[in-house]
Amino acid sequence: MTSPASGTAHPAIELRGISKAFGAVQANKDISIRVMPGTIHGIIGENGAGKSTLMSILYGFYKADAGEIFINGTKTLIPDSQAAIAAGIGMVFQHFKLVENFTVLENVVLGAEDSGLLRPSLARARRELKSLAEEYELNVDPDALIEDIGVGMQQRVEILKALYRKADILILDEPTGVLTPAEADQLFRILGRLKDEGKTIILITHKLREIMEITETVSVMRRGEMTATVKTAETSPPELAELMVGRKVLLRVDKKPATPGANVLEVRDLKVTDDKGVRRLKGISFDVRAGEILGIAGVAGNGQSELLEVLGGYEKASGTILLNGELIDLTGKHSDGQSRRHRGIAHVPEDRQREGLIMDYMAWENAIFGYHHEPEYQKSRLFMDNAAIREAAAAKMGRFDVRPPDPKLSAKNFSGGNQQKIVLAREIERNPDLLLIGQPTRGVDIGAIEFIHQQIVALRDQGKAILLVSVELDEILSLSDRIAVMFDGQIMGERLPGETDAKELGLLMAGMTGEAA
Amino acid sequence: MDLLTLLQVLDATVRLSTPLLLACLAGLFSERAGIFDIGLEGKMLAAAFTAAAVAAMTGNVWIGLVAGIAASLLFSAIHGLASITFRGNQLISGVALNFLASGLTVLVAQAWFAQGGRTPSLQGAARFNPITLPFAESLSGVPILGPIYAELISGHTILVYVSLLVVPLTWWVLFRTRFGLRLRAVGENPAAVDTAGISVVGLRFAAVGICGVLCGIAGAYLSTGLQAGFVKDMTAGRGYIALAALIFAKWRPWYALTACLLFGFLQAIALRSDLIEAVIGFRIQIQLLDALPYILTVIILAGFVGKAIPPRAGGEPYVKER
Amino acid sequence: MQKMPQWADVVLIPLISLILAAVLSGLVILAIGENPITALTIMIDGAMGSKYAWGYTLYYATNFIFTGLAVSVAFHARMFNIGGEGQATLGGLGVALCCLYLPWPHWSLAILGAIVASAAFGAFWALIPAWLQAKRGSHIVITTIMFNFIAAALLNYLLVSVLKPVGSMEPATGKFPEPTHLPNFAEMLAPLGISFSRGAPANVSFIIAILACFAVWALIWKTRLGYEIRAFGHSESAAKYAGISPTKIILISMSISGALAGMMALNNVMGEAERLVLNATEGAGFIGIAVALMGRSHPLGIFLAALLFGVLYQGGAILSQDTSIPVQIVLVIQALVIMFTGALDNMVRMPLEKVFLAFNRSSAKPTTKPTAAE
Repeated sequence: MTSPASGTAHPAIELRGISKAFGAVQANKDISIRVMPGTIHGIIGENGAGKSTLMSILYGFYKADAGEIFINGTKTLIPDSQAAIAAGIGMVFQHFKLVENFTVLENVVLGAEDSGLLRPSLARARRELKSLAEEYELNVDPDALIEDIGVGMQQRVEILKALYRKADILILDEPTGVLTPAEADQLFRILGRLKDEGKTIILITHKLREIMEITETVSVMRRGEMTATVKTAETSPPELAELMVGRKVLLRVDKKPATPGANVLEVRDLKVTDDKGVRRLKGISFDVRAGEILGIAGVAGNGQSELLEVLGGYEKASGTILLNGELIDLTGKHSDGQSRRHRGIAHVPEDRQREGLIMDYMAWENAIFGYHHEPEYQKSRLFMDNAAIREAAAAKMGRFDVRPPDPKLSAKNFSGGNQQKIVLAREIERNPDLLLIGQPTRGVDIGAIEFIHQQIVALRDQGKAILLVSVELDEILSLSDRIAVMFDGQIMGERLPGETDAKELGLLMAGMTGEAA
Repeated sequence: MDLLTLLQVLDATVRLSTPLLLACLAGLFSERAGIFDIGLEGKMLAAAFTAAAVAAMTGNVWIGLVAGIAASLLFSAIHGLASITFRGNQLISGVALNFLASGLTVLVAQAWFAQGGRTPSLQGAARFNPITLPFAESLSGVPILGPIYAELISGHTILVYVSLLVVPLTWWVLFRTRFGLRLRAVGENPAAVDTAGISVVGLRFAAVGICGVLCGIAGAYLSTGLQAGFVKDMTAGRGYIALAALIFAKWRPWYALTACLLFGFLQAIALRSDLIEAVIGFRIQIQLLDALPYILTVIILAGFVGKAIPPRAGGEPYVKER
Repeated sequence: MQKMPQWADVVLIPLISLILAAVLSGLVILAIGENPITALTIMIDGAMGSKYAWGYTLYYATNFIFTGLAVSVAFHARMFNIGGEGQATLGGLGVALCCLYLPWPHWSLAILGAIVASAAFGAFWALIPAWLQAKRGSHIVITTIMFNFIAAALLNYLLVSVLKPVGSMEPATGKFPEPTHLPNFAEMLAPLGISFSRGAPANVSFIIAILACFAVWALIWKTRLGYEIRAFGHSESAAKYAGISPTKIILISMSISGALAGMMALNNVMGEAERLVLNATEGAGFIGIAVALMGRSHPLGIFLAALLFGVLYQGGAILSQDTSIPVQIVLVIQALVIMFTGALDNMVRMPLEKVFLAFNRSSAKPTTKPTAAE
C-alpha cells in the first residue's frame, strides 16, 4: 500500500473552480477537487447533483464555463475525448460503450489502431491484452463477441480499453449497478490492484456502502456544488447522507409489522422463453398475500423484468397464475394488459420513461394511460370525456404532491421523482388487489423516495398485495415483509428481512444456495 | 433456347445489374455507418441527368461522369446536413431529395435543351462505348468458352467492369482497414466511437460522401452507358430496388453482387417475354413482368428469404448522452 | 421548462420553413432564366384570379386534403405511408367498378356506394404493407413505394386488357353513366342564386373532404382509438405496457390512411374525369406528404396546406402554359417544403429556441436548482 511522498508530490488530477451552466441551470458551481496518485477517491451525490456533468467535462464532452484542470501539476485543456485520453484519463461508463457484434479485441482496438491497416493493430492488441490480463487479473477471451459475454466480463473489457490506452487515471461511473455483490467485490479487488500499481481511481456512485468500503477520500456533491471533501475513515453513512441532501435523512422506512391475509397471487411453475429462444423464467413458483410486500431481489437481467411483463400482460408465458383463486389467461384472448387491469392488477413498471409514461403526452393524458377504456373516462360510446379526465388528473396530482401540479404540462417536463409520482398515483388510485412495482425509486431524489416508500407501505396497510422488484438491496430489505431472490430465471430462496442480511442475499443473487449462509 | 440467346440474356443481366450494384454498395456504406438513405433514387437521377447533359454539351463523357458524380455528391451533402448536422428525420430527407431530383432534372433539362425534359441523344465520345477485351474475336471460335468470353465477358462499357471491381474493394475497405472498422462501429454504437475520441460526424459524412460517389457513377452509367441520354424519371425505382437488394444481401458486399444480379436478371427477361413463353410454355403478361422486381422486393422485405438484422444504430441521429 | 411557447412550435416554425422553401424556389426559377416575381404573379392570378381559377384550385385542394389526411393519420401512428399514389389508384378502381357495374338511380346514392368502394379498395392496398410491417417487420416506407409501382402496373393491365370498352384504343374505362355524375360547384351553387364557372372541376366531394377533416380530428383527439394511435406513435414500448396491441394499431391506422387516400378518387375519378384513366392520381399521393408535414398532421393545418398546394398546383399549370417554366416546378417546391418542414426542422427550431431562451433569460434570474429533466 503506497502512500504519496511528502507534500511536494502533485495531485494526479486537480480541478479548480469548475463551473458549467446549461441555460438557466447551474449544473456545476465552482467545483474544486484534488486526488492524489495511487488513491481511490469517491464522488457521491444524488441524481441531479451534477456528478455526470463533472465527469463529462473531465472526459471532454463538455467545455467548462470557468475553472481549470491540472494533470500531475500541469494545466491541461480537455476540449474533446482525444485530449482526455492523451492526458491519461480513462473512463468506464455506467452504460457500456461497446459494439455488441464486434469481438473483445476489436472493441479494445477501436480508435487506438496503429495504422490504416487493421490486422497488424489487432495482432499487437492481442499481445498487449495478454500481458495486461496477467498483470491485473483481467482475463477475457479476445475473440469472444461482446453480445455473448456477461455483464461483469463486459465491464472488464471497458477497463482494458482504458488500460490499453495507457490511462493513469481511471474514472468509474456507477460501476456496480449491474453486478452481483460477488462481482462487485471482484471489481474492487481489481481496483485495489490497479491502485497498488500507482493508478489513480475516481469512483462515482450514489451507494454509501461502496464509498465506505473502498475509498480513501470522498467528495460530496449537492445541487451542483461540492459540499464537503472528507477522509472516508473519518465519516459515516448517515453523515454522508446528510451532506448529500442537506438535512437528516431516514435511511430506513418506518413501518408496522405486516398482518398478511389470504393469498392474492399464486404463481406456479411459470416459464418464459424469449423470441431468441432463450429461457428467461425457468419454472418459478411463489405466493403473495393480502397486506404484505413480497420483495424480489436480484441483479437486473435474471428474469425479474420478464416476471413483471408476464403479470402485466405483455409477455407470453406457460404455467399457472391464480389471482384471488381464479385462473389468469396467459396466452389467449385475455392475456393482454387491459384484461390484467380489469382483474385488479396494477403495474408501476421498471422504466417509467419507456413504458410507464408517454413522455410527449400531457400529465392528464398520462393519468389514464392503460385505463383509457374505463367507462368513467368516456362521454359517450364514441368519445372520451377529456374535461372530466383533466379534472380527475389535477386532483390526483394534488394528492400525490406532484410538482408543478399542472395537468397540462408534458410528462417530459417533470423531474424523475414527479414522473414516478404520476405513475404511482395512477396505479395506486385504481385500488388494485395486486400492485406490481419495478425499481420504484430509480432516478428519484431522496425527498420523493421517502414519499414513494410511504405510499407503498400505506397501500399494504390497506390490505393489498404488493410485488416489489428492485436491484437496490437496501430498498428490498427495508420495504419487504418477505424476500425472494431470483437468479438465472429461478427463485434461489425466500428469506425474512429480519433474519437475513445483504451478504446472504448477495450469495443467493449470485446463484449460490445452501452455502455458508 | 440456344447458347447464344442465353448469353444475350446474361449479357443484358450484367448490364442491367450494374446501376443496381453501384447504388446498392452506395447504400451499404451509408447504412453501415448508421445513415438510412432512401434517396439513392434521387441521387442516381440527378447524376444521370447531369452526366448526360454535360457530356452532350462538352462532347466528352468523362467530364460528364465527373459532373454526374458532383451532382450526386451535392445531394449527399444535403442529406448529410439534414441527417447528421441537424439530426432530422432521415426518411423524410431522402423522400424530399427524391422529389427534388425528379423536379429539378426536368426543369433544368427543359431550360437547357428545350426537348421536353430530356437531353439530346448522346453519340460517339459523349457516351461510354463497349470495350472489346483482347483476343475476343480470335477466341470466339472456341466451343462454349469462346462465346462466353466474347459475348458475355467482353464487350461491356468500362463502368460495368469498374462496378465489379468495387465489390472486392468495398469488402477490403470495410473489413481490412481502420476506416472500415470505425465505420461499422459507428453504425452499431456511435457512443463507442465517440468515447474513443473519434469523430462520429466525420465518419458519417465520409460514408455519405462515398455513397454520393457510387450513386453518381450509377446514375452516370444509366444515361451514358446503358442508354444514350437522359429521359424523365429514367431511374424507374432502381434506387428502391437497390435498397431491397441491400437488405437481401444482409449488408454484405459479396451477397450484394448476387442480389443485384438476380434483380438484373428479372429486368433482362422482362424485355424478352417471347423467350419466357418459349421456355415455360405460356405467356406472362408484360405488366406482370414489369412489376416482378417490385414484387420480389416486397417478398424479400417480408422476410420470406431469411431474417436480416440491420446496423443497430441505423436511422437514429446521434445525440451525446448527458 | 418549455423551450418555446406552443404557438411558436405550431405556427412560427412551419411559416419560417415555408418562407425558406419559397425563397429557394425563387432562386431556382431565377437560375433557369425566369423572373420569380413575375412567376409568382402569374401563379397567384392563375390560381385565384377568377371563379374559374378557384374552381381548379379547390378541385386540386380537395385531392390534397384527402391524401394529406391519409398521410397524417398514419403519421400519428409513426407510420410513414408513401403509398398514397397506389392507394388512390386502387380507390379509383373501386369507384370505377362501383359506378360502371351497379345501377344507381341518383348521384346521392352513387356517392355513398363510391365512398364505400374507394375507401375499401384504398384500405386494402394499404393493409398488405401494414400487415407485413406488423408481422414481418418489413419497412413500410419501401413496401408502400413498391406497391405504388405495382398498382400502376395493375391499373395498366386492367385498363388495357379488362376494363377497356370494346373497340376503343385508349387505355381507359368507358364513361360513367349519367346518374353517377357528381354536381360541380356551378350546379351546387345555382339553387342559392350564386353563379359559378361551369367549366371548373371542383365538385361536391370538396364537402366530403371537409367532413373528413372533422371526422379525422374527432377520431385522433376525442376517441379511445385516437388516444391509442397517438400513444403507439410516441412509444411502442409504452403502448405494449398499456395493453395496446401494436399489430392492431398498425393495421387500423394504415387502413384508415389507405381509405382516405382511396377516397380521393371521389374527386378526380368520379367528380371530374367521370371515367378511369392511367395515371389519374398525377402525384397527389406524394403531395399529401408535404401537406401533412406542413399542416403538422392536424386537420386544420392540413386544410390550409392543401389549399396552399392547390394554389401552387393550379398556379403551376398556368405557369407552364404562359411561360417556359415546366410544371415540374411544383415538384421542386413540394420537395423543398417537405425538406424544410420535415427533415430540416431543427435548422429552424434550434436558432429559434436560442432566441426564446435569451428572451426568457433576460427577464428571469438563473437558478442553481438541478435541471428538471433529471
